[in-house]
Amino acid sequence: MPDDPKNNGPSADPYANRWQRVYRWLDRRTGLGSLMHEALDEPIPGGARWAYVFGSVLLFLFISQVVTGVFLSLYYAPTADHAHTTVAYIVKEVTGGSFLRSLHAYGSSAVVIVLLLHLTQTFLYGAYKGRREVLWLSGCALFGLMLAMAFTGYLLPWDQKAYFATTVGTNMASEVPLIGSALKRLMRGGNEMGTLTLSRFFVAHVFLLPAAVMGLVAAHVYLFRKAGAAGPPREDAFNPRLPTQRFYPRQVLMDTAVALLMICVLGFLAHFHPTELGPRANPADTQFVPRPEWYYLPIFQWLKYFKGSLAVVGIVVIPTLTAILVVALPFFDRRLERRPWKRPLAVGVFLMILGTLITFGVLSKREDRLDPAIAKQVARQNKETEKFMHEPFQPEPASSSLSAPIVVVLDPLSAAGKRIYDGESCDACHGTNGIGTDAGPRLIGEAVKKSPEELTHLLRQPTKEMIEGEMQPVDISDEDMKALIAYLRDLK
Amino acid sequence: MNEEQSAAAANQGITEGESLTRRSFLGVLLGFGTVLVGAVLAVPLVRFSLHPLLTKTTGIGWSNVGKVDEFTSLTGPMKKLITVEQLDGWRKIISEKAIYVLPMTDNQLRVLSPICPHLGCSIPWDEAKKEFICPCHTAVFTMNGARVSGPAPRSMDELEAKVENGVVKVRYQYFRQLVQTKEVLS
Repeated sequence: MPDDPKNNGPSADPYANRWQRVYRWLDRRTGLGSLMHEALDEPIPGGARWAYVFGSVLLFLFISQVVTGVFLSLYYAPTADHAHTTVAYIVKEVTGGSFLRSLHAYGSSAVVIVLLLHLTQTFLYGAYKGRREVLWLSGCALFGLMLAMAFTGYLLPWDQKAYFATTVGTNMASEVPLIGSALKRLMRGGNEMGTLTLSRFFVAHVFLLPAAVMGLVAAHVYLFRKAGAAGPPREDAFNPRLPTQRFYPRQVLMDTAVALLMICVLGFLAHFHPTELGPRANPADTQFVPRPEWYYLPIFQWLKYFKGSLAVVGIVVIPTLTAILVVALPFFDRRLERRPWKRPLAVGVFLMILGTLITFGVLSKREDRLDPAIAKQVARQNKETEKFMHEPFQPEPASSSLSAPIVVVLDPLSAAGKRIYDGESCDACHGTNGIGTDAGPRLIGEAVKKSPEELTHLLRQPTKEMIEGEMQPVDISDEDMKALIAYLRDLK
Repeated sequence: MNEEQSAAAANQGITEGESLTRRSFLGVLLGFGTVLVGAVLAVPLVRFSLHPLLTKTTGIGWSNVGKVDEFTSLTGPMKKLITVEQLDGWRKIISEKAIYVLPMTDNQLRVLSPICPHLGCSIPWDEAKKEFICPCHTAVFTMNGARVSGPAPRSMDELEAKVENGVVKVRYQYFRQLVQTKEVLS
């Protein structure tokens, strides 16, 4: 821990103990002391508050998502053929796999909740005022990126709900005027959902978006420090006057306490109520009722009200206008007043948007419950998920190219050749049906590169190189050699 | 934040009441707490990544060789190809392996691995000489797989076999080469 910043470092103390001397050594070489000072001694006008914890908690949650995500990718394969099997393997076989996956899945919901709280606090406190426009913009961009993280991550397990929710999600992109259909094909990597869609979502989810989020988080924190903590609503946004308190220790302790609470809640949920995995995506299923994750339910419900040619209004125009309204807020709300009860219009509009979202979310759940056909289908889907979760893990048969190809030998000459190949123990080194082993090279597709005469010569009198590799001359009758070569040429 | 502000914060803020010792004490507490919580959180991550090492590899199960009637009246070793299922993480690899079924003695069925305990070549049965002769370094074994001559350090390896519902089953395994005792490689 750094000493008090007004103290000129431990060097001032001739009786500095060993740890202080180690610290001083490190500080002189790295500037650790000033870094710690910069990080921890940020003045907060009006002092620490529980209302300010959300930013730090978001950072903590993001780190947790990165760590759990990196570990999950140890066992994950992002192709349409394997994704579902590998996630099932994680959930059903790998030690602590279900727990880790649940932490990651619940973590994404926690990020959305805390993001909304962070946004609400910033808005109600008027903390976007006073040369904080760019800070606000970076926050809005981060909000969008985190929603994109949630959207792209949702597809990766490749189960029924992932597949169908993403089908609907990418279909919505096609409503964008002019570029809509191109945008949809770009997202999907083609006209249909398939393995290229999964690759794209995977790359976005684990490379592009996290890199962008990390960069923007750094910018967001830098801009926050540049502008300074805004303090409570009664504080002047430009020239803080309230007595300050440093970030460390009180605010740090509050942030840490809430982060700990987060760990406990997520750990509890992940342990006692693990996230389920549904059956593998079946594109031919026409019955499936796709429902997005809870934070997308409001927009899902919202879209029901715009039919036919009006869809573009619901999907594109109104959400875009709302987004512009939110993003541009600090540019048109220029008043210095920060107290929410003195800003009835701004707060009213904000609460209206929030209320609308919540209402639509609730309505969506309610309508699903009240519609008997949908309720029945949703119950059936839940039952299928339950059933799948109780089945033991089924390993996936490896594709034939990686295991021994079971060569269907139709030609009798070639069949005789296989008997010679096995009888002469060629398979000891070159493997069953020439797939190759550590001791000898793969023969599949090799023999056709040479003429039968060349091959005969090579087998009877192996080259020096071959002999060094323990290849023995093949001493068999001409007839047998013909058969063996016919077989070798059949290995394709 | 400028120099003046931070100086003001350090000198005259409400931090004044917090003594240096309290700050250091909290720092140590926080440090230890972070390390402790971090260690607890690392447990599931470590268990998760060590999964392949912590679980027993039940990689190889029993493979069907054929109906027991096929082997009751053998006069010499019979080469059979079996399919072996191996688990590779979430994949199942199916491969073809050769084995020898020996003529029954005392109603006991014996199965040999064709892999030479010398350097791992697969050994053919020489019908004319009534011996197993390894093509690589001419190790010779009797019809029962017992070592006769050559560089092999031990007799041919017998595989675990059983008869279930009239079907012969074998557990295919690899054994360490160049040692005198039979040692399973997992």
